[in-house]
Amino acid sequence: MDLLKVESVEAGYGLIQVLWRTSIIVEENQCVVLLGVNGAGKTTLLRTIIGLVEATKGDIVFDGENITGLKPNVRVSRGIAYMSELAVVPDLTVEENLKLGGYVKNRDDTRRMADKAYEYFPDLKAYRTRKAASLSGGQRKMLGVAKTLMSNPKILVMDEPSSGLSPKFVKKVIEILKLLYEEERPSMLIAEQNVAFLDLAQKIYILDKGKVTFTGSVNALKENDTIRETYFGIMH
Amino acid sequence: MLSKYYSSLGAIFVIIFIFVTLPFVYNNQSFLFNMMMYLALAEGLNIIYGFTGYLPFGYVGFFGAGAYGASIVIMFLRISPFLAVLAGGIAAVIIGIILFPLLRLSGAYFAIANLAASQALYYLVANPNLQKITQGPYGIDLSSVYNANASYYLMLGVLVFSMLLVLYMRKTDFGLSLLAIKEDRVTAALAGINIVKTRSIAWMLSAFVAGLCGAVFAWFTAVFYPSTVFNLNVSVFTIVFVLFGGMGTIVGPLLGTLILYSMYNFIGISTPEYFQLFYGLLIMILVLFLPNGVVSILQHWRIDVP
Repeated sequence: MDLLKVESVEAGYGLIQVLWRTSIIVEENQCVVLLGVNGAGKTTLLRTIIGLVEATKGDIVFDGENITGLKPNVRVSRGIAYMSELAVVPDLTVEENLKLGGYVKNRDDTRRMADKAYEYFPDLKAYRTRKAASLSGGQRKMLGVAKTLMSNPKILVMDEPSSGLSPKFVKKVIEILKLLYEEERPSMLIAEQNVAFLDLAQKIYILDKGKVTFTGSVNALKENDTIRETYFGIMH
Repeated sequence: MLSKYYSSLGAIFVIIFIFVTLPFVYNNQSFLFNMMMYLALAEGLNIIYGFTGYLPFGYVGFFGAGAYGASIVIMFLRISPFLAVLAGGIAAVIIGIILFPLLRLSGAYFAIANLAASQALYYLVANPNLQKITQGPYGIDLSSVYNANASYYLMLGVLVFSMLLVLYMRKTDFGLSLLAIKEDRVTAALAGINIVKTRSIAWMLSAFVAGLCGAVFAWFTAVFYPSTVFNLNVSVFTIVFVLFGGMGTIVGPLLGTLILYSMYNFIGISTPEYFQLFYGLLIMILVLFLPNGVVSILQHWRIDVP
């Protein structure tokens, strides 16, 4: 079943249009990776989905409901969780960040989810009362993922979980997401320019200058010469 | 999980103890009353400034609205001053609701607009054409209901209420959501927080506390003029006290007010010229070395400040 459907959406900032009739679909329990270079419109597309950027044309349908006109906080309460590149609130403690992530849930759920989060991310438990600002970049992303999971969302929308991380931590983030996906099967939409994330994907979209230029599986992508040059840097 | 409340409740009991016993040893009720009033105002300002980052330079507007709201109710309806104080708080909340659009501004723009709004209210109240309602510039006389002791203890009640409010905000999701808004509005919205609603509630609570303070002040003072209760010094003092102590905590505003207001009374009135110098230096030192207030010293020593 289609969980999230973005239908011919156009959006941008003032006079600058970024998305041009962009359409993507995320099915239930599916992990979709949105690949694109800087400036391709990945972030704008995600921000349009969560409601931080207004769609000037087209529809966003989530769980059978047209959510195009809803405010971001309402969309979150409908079950979309969004992790920005920043991922956490630096001035709040680890625990407060998690609580904030579970804001739309009741307190018992929040406590239960926090315990679960500490299970997944044992590092975080030791730093519970520390401010997020004092964490390393990798730990911050982990906290971001944990925080995003706190609301027990129907779909996880993540904007460049690899940004600002060393290759070692990128690997760790991918491992964690893989484990999470295998155990919980959440629907995920991950915007990335790092091809290492393709391992996770069941479906890939490539976004270029605000338009979807490729849709398909990892194998189909690897067979496509032009794309291979752009993203894998392999010439032949 | 009650233990996390102990240190905060402890602070509140210390305050109650001080202001119940001090009148027996230190016979200056007016000073003690004003001290409590500034403590409560500091906690009230803490609600909006400490938790949301909006700097209300016109905070005195709510104070004046409370004073006049209560006085008008006493003069025209002849109801008990206790009820009138509540009416004063509500009057301030109504002003707060009228000023909702100001919350769309931020930073210095908000501070200036709020300042202007409080002065507009001052000129409205002091308008001689409204003499039948507000007595215009000629001031209010409540000497028929004057009761120094009752109003003293009512002020203590308002102070305790304001501290409990801040305690509530420190310990619940409501306070957390405000802090999230202050740090990063986008992230807050993405946590599912209704930003407009949340900050409006904080704004009204903050106005309510100032309104209660103004109303009790009116009762305690009994005779006052518009310029007394719309005096900008009330805003400035309160802001400096909160900044000095450290915002966002219960103890910070208390410390700031206790230290600075005592100082103001002991050297400010006898030698005002030195006082200005001293205050100025203190604020400079504060900005340079302790931008997060006195409590940041304690926090630096890893003491959990309630």
